[in-house]
Amino acid sequence: MATSTRETVPVASHQECRDQFEQQVTLLMDRLYGTALRLTRHPDDAEDVVAEAISTAWNKLDQLEDLAHMEGWLFRILHHTFISHWRRRQCRQDREVELEPENGDTRFSLFEKLHQPFLLWWGTPEREFINAMLQEDINKAIDNLPDAYRVVTVLVEVEGYSYEQAARLLDLPLGTIRSRLCRARGRLQKALWQQGREAGLSTCGGERSGASGGGA
Amino acid sequence: MNESRISCEEVVQRLFDYLHQELDIDASAEIERHLHRCHDCFSRAEFEQKLRDRLTESGQQEAPERLRRRIREMIERF
Repeated sequence: MATSTRETVPVASHQECRDQFEQQVTLLMDRLYGTALRLTRHPDDAEDVVAEAISTAWNKLDQLEDLAHMEGWLFRILHHTFISHWRRRQCRQDREVELEPENGDTRFSLFEKLHQPFLLWWGTPEREFINAMLQEDINKAIDNLPDAYRVVTVLVEVEGYSYEQAARLLDLPLGTIRSRLCRARGRLQKALWQQGREAGLSTCGGERSGASGGGA
Repeated sequence: MNESRISCEEVVQRLFDYLHQELDIDASAEIERHLHRCHDCFSRAEFEQKLRDRLTESGQQEAPERLRRRIREMIERF
């Protein structure tokens, strides 16, 4: 039963609500697209996932209690949207990744390749290496991970999900999240190491020479 | 006071759980104490955190104008 007080409470008009929604979405667009691109690897697919997530978010807007929580909520919808697409097209190849035995890649450590304790007072090659890495090299290394590793990496390393949140979202046991993360990290670091060497980043300094020797 | 000391190997093993804030308060404090007194482990932790920061940046990419237009047009129809 509506009281007179209740009737006078100003309710945001459809137009106001839509404007606010658009404003928030516009602010988040680069991150939504960036995340979708890392997840899907393809610009067209990323655009479709972003568009579908935004449409779903609008249709469920009444479930969002506070517009201040829109960012986290919208990203959860984006991840759910991607995952439902991904599950549908997940092929044997992705499942077989799990069967891959532990190997040198799994334990590869970029730090161990770069760190030189005897250079303590003259420089820190590992820091210089990280600073000299181009964002496109990092993006490429993530994009080249097999789906099963890449998705967990994006959720945990890029988006900051906890292991538990990632496990729930992907419907996987916690141990699987841990092992995928560990394997993904080794592969990723090895790829960055190889890309760095190809780009001429030496182990004793991060200058990009492009032409310097390096060798194998 | 329990002054148990963990080894560098144990720190390396649990470093990512520490950086991801997946350890409980005691385990986390134990790692922190070790990092304060071990330069090599501190350098390693600092490196892995910096690398993680660079990975986080990959979630940010300028959305193409085509997508922005598509979303604007979609929202207009809502």
